[in-house]
Amino acid sequence: MIPNDPVTEEIRRRQRGRAVVMALALGAFVILLYLITIARVGGQG
Amino acid sequence: MDAVTAPALHALPAEWRDFVALTKPRVMSLVVFTGLCGMLAAPVQLHPVLAFTAILCIALGAGAAAALNMWYEADLDALMKRTAARPIPAGRMTREAALQFGVGLGVFSVVLMGVATNWFAAAVLAVSILFYVFVYTIWLKRRTPQNIVIGGAAGAFPPLIGWAAATGQADLLPLLLFALIFLWTPPHFWALSLFVRSDYANAGVPMLPVVAGARATRVQIMLYALPMAAAGVAPWPLGLAGPLYGAAAGALGLAFLLLSLRVLVNRATEPAAMKPEKRLFAFSILYLFGIFGALVADKALLG
Repeated sequence: MIPNDPVTEEIRRRQRGRAVVMALALGAFVILLYLITIARVGGQG
Repeated sequence: MDAVTAPALHALPAEWRDFVALTKPRVMSLVVFTGLCGMLAAPVQLHPVLAFTAILCIALGAGAAAALNMWYEADLDALMKRTAARPIPAGRMTREAALQFGVGLGVFSVVLMGVATNWFAAAVLAVSILFYVFVYTIWLKRRTPQNIVIGGAAGAFPPLIGWAAATGQADLLPLLLFALIFLWTPPHFWALSLFVRSDYANAGVPMLPVVAGARATRVQIMLYALPMAAAGVAPWPLGLAGPLYGAAAGALGLAFLLLSLRVLVNRATEPAAMKPEKRLFAFSILYLFGIFGALVADKALLG
């Protein structure tokens, strides 16, 4: 097995970090959209 | 990171922290606070989820404007000590990445505001972002010492957006709050630019102290502080806020004027001797927090 060079390792670490943050942001957005829908529908009811 | 050399840094994707830095989180806190106060001062109460979303949109919109500002001003930022460590001049992010992030965040914040609250608030948010980017950053900042006077309007929008999110319209009180921040911005930034004058001069930014000198800037600070203090108190005699707000606005305005007077009589040209300017700059932030906090407290306690 050939060890990765430090630059490749760093790229992967950054990509992983961005992917995690993006996933959390998208998850939060879905929950927020759901709550907005409930709030708006409730307001009209 | 030790093994990653400086030239290789440009080839790396930016870290998520750099995208956060691009939104100028510290500036955002004042924007969020004034937006929240504008919303809480409104006669209509929003559902907590919608209120949270509106504030989130104001914050994201401010972040988008900041990111686009950093995209456009990367060359200037590289020349100033205060801004050289920002993600683009420091080589941690490409300009393209900042542009894409800024445009994406701006569009997202406006659409989400429209969906969650109303399209009038979304339109005002869009205008504030576009004003900051096109009028202040691209058009005025490098051309005229009045950059901060006209461009300062961009930072005056948040209470208006907060109010609009709650009510769907603009009324006299949020317009007065707009005027207050509009008049507050020049003394705030000119106090700062007096003691970081060399930074602006090196970067070729025509800030007032660079173009007209310290004396003229100090006079202008005083000239703006007077109507600013009056605009701060105005909601009380106009019956738009109660006596608690009136007393707080009067006291804070008086303190602002006294500090401006100390700046006016200061003859120093070296930053080390510019204590009054530094004090005024620090107090100006406290002033805005105080006056908006008093507005909300007045409404909550006195109705």
